[in-house]
Amino acid sequence: MLWFVCRRTAIAVPTLVAISFIIFAILDLAPGDPTSHLPLTIPAEVREQIRETMGVNDPFLVKWFLWAKQVMIHEPISLIEQLFNIQIGSGDRNRVISWQSRGPVVDTIAERLPQTTWVMGLAFVFGILIAVPVGVISAYRQYSVFDQVGTFISMVGYSVPTFFTGLLAIVIFSVKLGWFPSFYDTTLEVTDWSSFVAQVKQIVLPVGVLSMFNAAALSRFTRSSMLDNLSEDYVRTARSKGLKEKRVLVRHVLRNSLIPVVTLIALQVPGIFAGALITEQIFRINGIGHLLISSIHGGDVPMVQTLAFLIAALTVLFNLVADVVYGVLDPRIRYE
Amino acid sequence: MSEPKVYGGQEVVAATASGAGPKHRSLRGDVWRQFRRHKGALTGLFVFLFVALASFVGPYLMPYDAVEIDVKLRNLGPSWSHPLGTDNLGRDMVVRSMVGGRISLLVAITAMALSVSLGTTIGVMAGFFRRLDGVLMRFTDLFLALPVLPLLLVIIMLFRDTLRATFGPEQGIFMLIVFIIGVTSWMQTARVVRGEVLSIKQQEFVAAAHSIGTRRRNVIFRHILPNCLSPVMVAAALGMAVAIITESALSFLGLGFPSDFPTWGRLLYDGKDFINLTPMRVVGPGALISLTVLSVNFIGDGLRDALDPKLRSR
Repeated sequence: MLWFVCRRTAIAVPTLVAISFIIFAILDLAPGDPTSHLPLTIPAEVREQIRETMGVNDPFLVKWFLWAKQVMIHEPISLIEQLFNIQIGSGDRNRVISWQSRGPVVDTIAERLPQTTWVMGLAFVFGILIAVPVGVISAYRQYSVFDQVGTFISMVGYSVPTFFTGLLAIVIFSVKLGWFPSFYDTTLEVTDWSSFVAQVKQIVLPVGVLSMFNAAALSRFTRSSMLDNLSEDYVRTARSKGLKEKRVLVRHVLRNSLIPVVTLIALQVPGIFAGALITEQIFRINGIGHLLISSIHGGDVPMVQTLAFLIAALTVLFNLVADVVYGVLDPRIRYE
Repeated sequence: MSEPKVYGGQEVVAATASGAGPKHRSLRGDVWRQFRRHKGALTGLFVFLFVALASFVGPYLMPYDAVEIDVKLRNLGPSWSHPLGTDNLGRDMVVRSMVGGRISLLVAITAMALSVSLGTTIGVMAGFFRRLDGVLMRFTDLFLALPVLPLLLVIIMLFRDTLRATFGPEQGIFMLIVFIIGVTSWMQTARVVRGEVLSIKQQEFVAAAHSIGTRRRNVIFRHILPNCLSPVMVAAALGMAVAIITESALSFLGLGFPSDFPTWGRLLYDGKDFINLTPMRVVGPGALISLTVLSVNFIGDGLRDALDPKLRSR
């Protein structure tokens, strides 16, 4: 098992390097000039010197290597320094600087990250809490009214994009009924009961819309996984032993059915950030997705590069986690 | 589906020509019979055909123009003459939704075709040639680990203006969007097709084809590809649903088509600022996206059941 984890991690590293290469190449090959925002009065030869000191004319591989070193080594160290308030080495490192805020990119990301993880994470958890019971009941009562309705609703759930359900929810619940605010106020601090109520109110719409979307696909998956297991021999054995139906269902079938479901959940974690791109735009949440969109519109290349790489790294990491979790949960899988 | 399908077609012709013997059941007829039994899929097919017909023929039958501005009629609510109201420049929303559907559907179909052919090619190569398998599957895994939506946004931001200048505003962005949706969504098809090819390759009829000296190209095109058709068709239906959603998501983020060329996502994006005034501007295109994607998903579901020989024989 340990050997498998090591080998799997070793495979992940070249993937990460390749991804960083692709992200860097796309941005580097794109038209554009880093000195274009400087005043036009700067003479051409001075501009050329600025470009030279910025390293614009360096070979592509050199630029990529320097960038990768910054993103993969310098920035994580800086983040650790900030988190634990310690100093590692001389503290004299090149930081990735945003073209918009003129500050280190990672600091801005660290500021925005809590909002995204809070809202998206909550939606993710709620989605799981809805999906698993629905999937279990659907499978247990296959072709019943509950199953038919559930199948239809989940089909609708993952066919209707969140940017439509989100807007629809705003039209109905905040414009027509006025129950919830239409945007998310990040500056709100929970200090007393009324601010707590305000916090709950503003989180209901984004979390509700997103968790419905997350639950739709997951409940179908749980259902089919349950169905696969319900027809197995060991279920018949458990029943014939005279076990109570509830025990058969929860202890025997559900536990086995959850193996692929847990894997799928692990695989979907990075999708939280991709989902954030749209949801944060609808509900005006001041998070990672919003940051990425505004940096794209503002042409902030270092910020976009770092964010894209961060999301890619998370994807690779959670693919790894999913593989390992699958191996831990399912003893039938043996890795050489 | 263990026997090659190619010979089936000729038999059917022979049977119907002579008009004798028991009624022959062709594969296509069987699939269609099973497909019809799936009520959701049949409804989906009709809804999709209706939406497609309305998008491509509808604008010619409507008394309004999709681009002509009439400020006197701006921001109207739903009425008999304008069922979805008008936008802030007085353009009828029904016509604009129809025209928008044209571009949305065209993008979806072309992107799906690109992604499916790319996925099938890579899947067949990886499954058939053992030497390419490792490399191609690593490549597929790499693409699966790429964050698709952020990268799409970045590519559009960087290359939009260049492409617009070379191919014109509509053509350029159309090619760009189709290309990137296709290039970033072929991986699932490739995986499924590879699995299918690996199992078909082991079957006797392929060995037989090899043994009578069939060229490798013919083995692939005559014997293996037709038998991979069912996962490819299902992947095509699902791929189309994904393409419609991706295109509208891009337009919704303001990085898709310019507003002179409305797509459903773009109409939604333009309408969201007027959500208090004319909510139908959001509801109309949004409902169309959802309805189309839903119907395509149902078609995919029905196809999957219809093409599964185990389910069909029941």
